[in-house]
Amino acid sequence: MKSIELNKVQDYLDQWTNKPVYVHVETTNGAYAKHFDANAYNVGAYVRNAQITYTQGKIVEQEGAYRVGLKHEIGWIYAEGLTDFEFNENNQLLMAGHDADGRLMVAMQLSETPFNY
Amino acid sequence: MEIDYSKHKHVVVIYPHPDDESFGTAGTVVKFREAGVPVTYLCGTLGEMGRNMGSPFFANRETLPEIRKQELINACKEIDMDLQMLSYRDKTMEFEDEQVVADDLRKRIEELDASLVITFYPPYAVHPDHNAMGRAAFRAIRDMDPDKRPEVWANAISNDHQEILGSPDIVIDTKDVFQKKLNALKAHKSQIDGMLQKVRQGNEELSEFDLALRYFQYETYHTVTFD
Repeated sequence: MKSIELNKVQDYLDQWTNKPVYVHVETTNGAYAKHFDANAYNVGAYVRNAQITYTQGKIVEQEGAYRVGLKHEIGWIYAEGLTDFEFNENNQLLMAGHDADGRLMVAMQLSETPFNY
Repeated sequence: MEIDYSKHKHVVVIYPHPDDESFGTAGTVVKFREAGVPVTYLCGTLGEMGRNMGSPFFANRETLPEIRKQELINACKEIDMDLQMLSYRDKTMEFEDEQVVADDLRKRIEELDASLVITFYPPYAVHPDHNAMGRAAFRAIRDMDPDKRPEVWANAISNDHQEILGSPDIVIDTKDVFQKKLNALKAHKSQIDGMLQKVRQGNEELSEFDLALRYFQYETYHTVTFD
């Protein structure tokens, strides 16, 4: 992956407007947050292979990190803190936010075909 | 406590993630292998949902499973341990039907004719997958004919485990085989590099070997019996 380039990502998002795509979204602070800090909580969620058709997809930059919002017929999909992206050989748009140690904190990924199980 | 490694027929290690074996039991495995005892790792998942992507990161969510699978295969080669991958998915072990997992584990334990099973001690193993895998392993052994049950050594790692369980009754000093353990740890490049960099801060004078030894020299277990 490399640092997000806003215009490139916007183009990738635009290509799937009004077309069904599979989405993977997740956020995590790891399974050991509370283990290492009694005042912390482990927090995480992921959705893998939900199929949606968004009517508008947009990426927005603020202070070096990015947010992506996907508007669809009956709701939204949203991710904040994205920093890096890759459009891979399987035509999947991968976006992720990494901390200073390179650990994944948040991800949003789109694909015309389901992500591998 | 002096351990007679050679008295065992077959050791079966049951953990959910590639790298659990290298952190928790690699030195012990080497000692069994050097005593001529076969060791097999039943690895639950491929760590597909890990957040460590290398440091600097080189993996992503979609490439991580294959990378970690290869790292796992390489780590097992370093310590000469057989490997069976069970194809569950990272972070979901606790949502599987525990009896189904236990039945599969029992079948494998019986086929391998294990005299010792090493696994996590639920619920003192912090990560939900660790606890779920340990619970299924305990259940598998409880389901066996009492005369045929293997010994069980379980890793407890939660901050409160000593208060509740007392001190571990097996403490293995891996110093004499530590190079092999370090090789196994380093096979998990996507997972270990960031950790080694972190603990290096303030310890710049130590060699990589001595630094890793400081954190991973001792492997500790509580023995568990089922009645």
